[in-house]
Amino acid sequence: MNVKQTANLLGQVAARSVAAVVLLAGLALNAHAADPIKIGAVAPKTGPLAGGATVTQWPNIEMWVKEVNARGGLNMKDGQRMLELIEYDDKTNPGEHMKAVQRLATQDKVDFIVAPYGTGFNVAAAPIYAKYGYPQIAVSAISDKMDELTSRYPSLFFTLGTTTAFVNGVKDILVGMRDAGKIGNKIAMVNVADAFGIELAEAARPIFKDAGFELVYDKSYPLGTPDLSPIMKGAKAAAPDAFVAWSYPPDTFGLTEQAIIEDLDVGAFYTAVATCFPAFGQKFGSKIDGVFGAGGVNPDTDKMKAYFARHKELTGKDADYWASANTYVSLQILEQAIEGVGEVDRNAVTQYIKDNTFDTIMGDIKFENQVSHKYWTVGQWQDGVFRGVASSNMEGAAEIKEKSGWN
Amino acid sequence: MDILISGLLLGGTYVLIAMGLNLQYGVARIMNLANGEMIVLGALASFWVFTSSMVSPLLTLFLVAPIAFVGNWLIYRLLLVPLVRRAKNQGQLEVDSILATFGMSFVLVGIVVSLHGEYFTYSFLASPLSILGTTVALNRLVAFAFAVVIGLVLYLWLNHSRAGMAVRAVAVNPDSAKLVGINVLKVSALAFAVGGAVSAVAGVLISTFITLDASVGVIFTMKALIIVIMGGVGDIRGAIVAALILGLVETAVATLIDPGLTLVSAYLIFLLVLLFKPQGLFGRAQT
Repeated sequence: MNVKQTANLLGQVAARSVAAVVLLAGLALNAHAADPIKIGAVAPKTGPLAGGATVTQWPNIEMWVKEVNARGGLNMKDGQRMLELIEYDDKTNPGEHMKAVQRLATQDKVDFIVAPYGTGFNVAAAPIYAKYGYPQIAVSAISDKMDELTSRYPSLFFTLGTTTAFVNGVKDILVGMRDAGKIGNKIAMVNVADAFGIELAEAARPIFKDAGFELVYDKSYPLGTPDLSPIMKGAKAAAPDAFVAWSYPPDTFGLTEQAIIEDLDVGAFYTAVATCFPAFGQKFGSKIDGVFGAGGVNPDTDKMKAYFARHKELTGKDADYWASANTYVSLQILEQAIEGVGEVDRNAVTQYIKDNTFDTIMGDIKFENQVSHKYWTVGQWQDGVFRGVASSNMEGAAEIKEKSGWN
Repeated sequence: MDILISGLLLGGTYVLIAMGLNLQYGVARIMNLANGEMIVLGALASFWVFTSSMVSPLLTLFLVAPIAFVGNWLIYRLLLVPLVRRAKNQGQLEVDSILATFGMSFVLVGIVVSLHGEYFTYSFLASPLSILGTTVALNRLVAFAFAVVIGLVLYLWLNHSRAGMAVRAVAVNPDSAKLVGINVLKVSALAFAVGGAVSAVAGVLISTFITLDASVGVIFTMKALIIVIMGGVGDIRGAIVAALILGLVETAVATLIDPGLTLVSAYLIFLLVLLFKPQGLFGRAQT
């Protein structure tokens, strides 16, 4: 750290302290106002998942709290109450996550907690959320074990879909393209050697085979592999018609770049997480037109248009074309449930979420056995926008666009 | 041929990662666990300059290097000299510097997170080039060329200049170096600063083909540590050879056996070197 940065940092700290004092003074003047509702949030700000959480999770929490407070808070039985946000960094470490939740529950005594970021974290932390009775509306969590988990934890909800649904989304698209004569039946598949990638690859093997596809290349690579060129060379040598990667953000970028360099000539190219990130589009420009990825949105509805605009305005960042919206939806559900109950009663709020339909930016959402079945599974980059092309119960899927090389 | 060329290019990347730490640890005796964060800072600078004003990372290099040099020199003078002064022996200095730089790495991660918590990713020279029938990415080739140049310059400087000789003297034995009139603190500060500058430059180059984020530094530190220890502490040649071996083996394993085994193979070689040549490939036995 050089001197200038130190000075900057100190300056910022000083400025924030002053701001805090002013804020406190303001609060003191409004002492007659109701106590705020305390919202806790634990997610990675550092560690391997931080890059994703900074795009998908944190900005939506920030945006939601700002929006609610801008209109005077949540409408409760005893009048409006503002939100107070308490954030902790779990350092992408499940142990740290548990400690932070414990602290939120026992020290900060927060009223509600935003669900964790990442499949592993949502599953690992479910017992502690359940223990304190916090409704946990999981977003960034994809698993085939949802029924088992929801029956064990009555306050756990899932919104983003199952592993099998994601694989089936990809399979359906590939089958459709094959039947239309656009691709053959050879698939090259790779996955990141991590719970997420391994589970998807294991689900995909039988599904692709049953659909009549042949896996001509099937390998895994460790998270953080610095050079993915041997993998792309291997995949290219197998002469596939489609390339599918169950990948994480750094390798999604890396594999796509290598595919461009090796000029991997496939009719369908799919990478998983982070394909939907605005940074992906910015990095590759028009070259990735026609690339498939996990997720998607229908950016043309009025509600989504307004959401993208507000996200940019309030957080200064672009929302991604997938789970950003789902994350915001989970907060809308929490908000409507708290207002519906009208008081800070976590069990009543959990019950309210189970019993009601919620009006969100992705349309009406209702939970069946604590699982929502409205989500996008596959999206495609089309003229600079990542549009949903396959989904479970979502309207407005775009037509698939044929990929023509890497230009 | 594919393996040889891809492996050498990956090795070049590893050379970049490890050279800075090699100087810092080999000469200044600071086991700098914040070395990876210096790489991340270089990458962030390059990403910022490129995305905001489309300036080539190859120009950013010349901005980043002097800033990193001064920054690291200050870190050494202000933060690390007190540790050097109070250390009774080299072992104590290593322990203290590990703790201090470990803490420093958290501070740096925090700063980078507050500046840009998302991925640093952009496209620069991401175009194919055919060398002897193997397709390589131009950005990796450029990084490799810089690795060769930096390695060569450092080697020549260390072995054929007066200042370099002083640096080597300190690396061999700081106490004896004092006896022949070398200002050990000054030379150590110089080596530390040069090491930091090399790491930051490495970050700039690496960011053209690897997607980094604020927290990824520790992975680079680990890799650098393995290479430095494998090659022999304080020997530029050792670090280069070890980095190239690592690159070649990882690529060979990924191509011929399975990409999933690259990490295993890297640690296996590390283990073998530790077992049979604990002082490293080019290291001198401790006296």
